Amino acid sequence: MAELILEAQGLRKAFGALAATDGVSLELREGETHAIIGPNGAGKTTLIGQLAGNLRPDAGSIRFAGEDVTALSAPARARKGFARSFQITSIYRDFTALDNVALAVQAHAGHSFRFWRPAREEAALRKPARAVLDEVGLGAKAGMLAANLAHGEQRQLEVAMALATRPRLLLLDEPVAGMGLEESQRMVQFLSSLKGRRSIILVEHDMDAVFTLADRISVLVYGRIIASGTPEEVRANVEVRRAYLGEDA
Amino acid sequence: MRARTLILAACVLLLLAVPALATLAKQPYYIDLIRRVMIFAIAAVSLNLILGYGGLVSFGHAAYLGVGGYSVGILAFYGFNSGWLQWSVAVLASALVALVIGAISVRTRGIYFIMITLAFTQMLFYLGNSVEEYGGDDGMRLKVKSQFSGLIDLGDPVAYYYLVLALMLACMYVVHRLINSRFGMVIRAAKSNEARSRAIGFSPYPYQLAAFVISGALCGLAGALLVNHTAYITPAFMDWTRSGEIMFMVILGGMATVPGPALGAFALLIVEDLLAGWTQHWQVILGPLLVLCVLFFRRGLAGLLPGSGKDG
Amino acid sequence: MTTVLVFEQLLNGLQFGVMLFLMAAGLTLVFGIMNLVNLAHGSLYMVGAYLTVAAVQWTGSYPLGVLLGLAGTLLVGMLVEVIALRTLYERDHLDQVLATFGLILFFNELIAILWGRAALYTTLPSYLQGHIEIIPGSIYPVYRAVVIGVGLVVGAGLWYVVAKTRLGMLIRAGASNRTMVAALGINIRLLYTVVFGFGAALAGLAGLMAGPIYAVQPGMGELILIQVFVVIVIGGIGSIRGALVGALVVGIVDTLGRAFLKPLLGHFISPPAAEAAGPALASMLIYLLMALVLAVRPEGLFPARSG
Repeated sequence: MAELILEAQGLRKAFGALAATDGVSLELREGETHAIIGPNGAGKTTLIGQLAGNLRPDAGSIRFAGEDVTALSAPARARKGFARSFQITSIYRDFTALDNVALAVQAHAGHSFRFWRPAREEAALRKPARAVLDEVGLGAKAGMLAANLAHGEQRQLEVAMALATRPRLLLLDEPVAGMGLEESQRMVQFLSSLKGRRSIILVEHDMDAVFTLADRISVLVYGRIIASGTPEEVRANVEVRRAYLGEDA
Repeated sequence: MRARTLILAACVLLLLAVPALATLAKQPYYIDLIRRVMIFAIAAVSLNLILGYGGLVSFGHAAYLGVGGYSVGILAFYGFNSGWLQWSVAVLASALVALVIGAISVRTRGIYFIMITLAFTQMLFYLGNSVEEYGGDDGMRLKVKSQFSGLIDLGDPVAYYYLVLALMLACMYVVHRLINSRFGMVIRAAKSNEARSRAIGFSPYPYQLAAFVISGALCGLAGALLVNHTAYITPAFMDWTRSGEIMFMVILGGMATVPGPALGAFALLIVEDLLAGWTQHWQVILGPLLVLCVLFFRRGLAGLLPGSGKDG
Repeated sequence: MTTVLVFEQLLNGLQFGVMLFLMAAGLTLVFGIMNLVNLAHGSLYMVGAYLTVAAVQWTGSYPLGVLLGLAGTLLVGMLVEVIALRTLYERDHLDQVLATFGLILFFNELIAILWGRAALYTTLPSYLQGHIEIIPGSIYPVYRAVVIGVGLVVGAGLWYVVAKTRLGMLIRAGASNRTMVAALGINIRLLYTVVFGFGAALAGLAGLMAGPIYAVQPGMGELILIQVFVVIVIGGIGSIRGALVGALVVGIVDTLGRAFLKPLLGHFISPPAAEAAGPALASMLIYLLMALVLAVRPEGLFPARSG
C-alpha cells in the first residue's frame, strides 16, 4: 500500500457566518490522483487555499508525508514539495515563458542571494526549465512573452511552473478551465502521463477530465464532503447524483 | 537594440564633453548644474531598484541623502576629513538606517508602506531639526571637503565633475547587474506576481529587505556627494518633497529601466532650472506638469528610446 | 510639573487630537471608499485656513467668514475631484501619490502667489478670546476649549451619520466591499463626489480652526498631513473609530511628550544631555509609537478591512 502523502483532518474555515469549509477530511496516497468535484460555491478553491498554505484553517490539521504542516506558510510548503496551479491564470506576464519556468526552478535551486551573475545565463536554471517546457508542449514558445501566449498556452505554462519545482504533491485548481476541446484533451493526456509518477489533487468541473484522470473522487457540497470513493462508486452514489450530476444522470 | 546603445553612448560622450564645452562658452555654471543633476541621478537610480523593479513605493528616500550627508558633515565637524572614512560611514550608516526602517515597513503593503516610509523620513527630518549641536534647522557648513589622500581634489569643479560622472555610471552598472542576477529576478518576480512567487517557494521579504538596504546605501553615497557639492547640509535635504522629486525622476525617466532614472533626473532638474529662471513661482507650473505626466506619460522618457520593452 | 500643568497639556493634547481626527476621518474615508491616496488633503486644510481668513476680512464677521470659508473649501474640494481626481480612481497607488503630489506643489505656490509666503495671523472675535476656568485654579484659553468642543460635536455627528443613516451604511459597505456597492446600482460617481466633498469640508474645518493657533502659511498642510498618516497607520485604514483613537493617542502623546519629556529626562540623566536629547526624542515620539504599533499589529488597531 503506497504511503500516505497528504492527510487533511477536520478542516474548518469560516468567513463571518459562512462556513466555506465545514469539517473536511481527505487522504492522498503517493502516486494517486484524487479529484475534488462539486457545484459552484462549494468551497473548492478555499479548500485548495488551505492545503496550499494561503489560508489558515480555523480548525483541523494537515499532514504532509507524516509531518504536520498546518502552520507552515505557502512558500515554506512549496519548499517542502508542494506545487499549485491557480484557477485564474497566475503567471509572470511580463516575463518570457522560459523565464517563468526558470524562476520556478530557481526557487528550488538553493538561495537567491546571488547579486552579480545574470540568472539567464545559468545553465542549471535554463536547461531544466527548457526541458519542462518541452514536456508540456510549449517548447516552441519558450522565448515568447507570457502575456502574449494564448489562454490555453498560459494554462499549460501554469502546469509547467508547478512541475518545474519537482514537487511531491501537485495541487491543480481547474487546469483546463477556459480551454477549447482540443486543448483540454491535450492537457488531460499530458496529466494522464503524470499518473503514478506524481501525487495529484485535482479540482475540476470538466467531468471527462475527472473520470479519465482520477483514482479517487471526493464530492464537495457546501463545504462538506458528501461522498468519497472510486469513480464508479461516486457515479453510482444517489446523493451525489441528486446534489450535483442532476436527478436523471 | 543597437540604436539604443548608440544613443546612450552618445549621451555619455556628451556628458564627458560638458566641462570642456562649458569652459569654452565661459559658462562654468553648467559644470555645477550637470554635476548636481548627476548626483540626483544616482539617488534616482537607487530608488528605481526598489520602486521601479521592486514595486515598493517608498516615499522616504530623501532620508538617505540626509543620513549620507550628515555622516560626512558630522565627521568633518569633529575633524575627521578623510573621504575614505566619511564616505564609508555614509554608505554604512544609510544601509543601517534602511535596514531598520525596512525591517518594519517591508512587512506592510500598499498604502501603509507609502505612509510609513514617509513618516520615518519625517522623523529623521525632525531629528535633524532638533539637534542643535549640528546646526538644527539651519544645518551646518562643510568647511573642508572630503579628503582623498591627494588623489583627487573635490574643490576642483572639473575633477569632482568627472568623479561624479564615473560614480553615476558605476552605480548604473551595478544596478544593471543586480536586476539580472538571481536576486534581481526574485525582486522583479515579487513585483510582477506576488502570489505566484509565494506559490513556487519564494518568501519575498528577505529579498525585498535586502533590496531596500542596497538602495538606501547607494542613496547614502549620493548624499555624501551632495554635501560635498553644496558645501553645506541641512535637514531640508530630507524634506519629503525631495523624496517626491526623486520619485518623479524615476517615473518621468521610465521605471524598471537602467537609464530611465538618469534621464528623468536630467529632464526634471533642467526643466526646474529653466522654469525657475523664468518665474519664482515655477512650482505652480511644475505641479500641473507633473500631474499631466502621471496621467499621460506613464512609460517615461526611456520608453521613447528604440528597443524599449526589454530589460534596461 | 504640577497636576494643573499636566491637565492643561492634556487638554492641549485633546485639542490637537481633535484636529488630527477631523483630518484623519476625511482621509481615511476617501481611502476606504475610493481607494484613493490623496496627498493633497493637506492642501484642502490650507485652503480652508486661507479662505476663512480672507472671508473674515472681507465680511468683517467671524461666523460669516467661517461659513464662507467652509463652503469655499467644499467647492474647491469637489472641483478638484471632478477635474483632477476622477481619472485616478482606477490607477494604482503610485500614480495617485505622484499626481496628488503635483497638486500639492500647485496649491502651495498658488497660495503663495495670492497671499505671499509670510504667515498670516487671524484676530479672533472678543467672545472667543480670553480664558475660562475649567477646573478650579486652572484657566484655559476659550478658543482652544471651543475647538475641542466643535471637534467632539463633529465627531459625534460623524458617528451618527456613519452608524445610523443610509449614507453611512453605504460608506461602511463601500469601505469593506467597493465592487458590491457599485453592483447594487448606487450612483457611484455621486457617492464619490459627496464623500470627497465631506472629507474636504472636514479638512477645511480643521484648517480654519488651526489658523489662530498655528501659523497660516504655504506648506502648513504638509506638516500636519504626515502626522495624520501616523494616526491612520496606528488606527487602521478605512475606520472612523480607528481615526478617533489614533488621533487622540497621537495628539496626547505628542503634546505631553513635547511638554514633559525634557524635564522628565532631566531626572534621570544630566540636564545638558536632557536639553539636547529631550526635544529630539519628543519630536520622534509619535513615530516610535507608530513603529511599535506596527510591530504588534501591522494593520493598525481597528482596520476596516481584514487583509
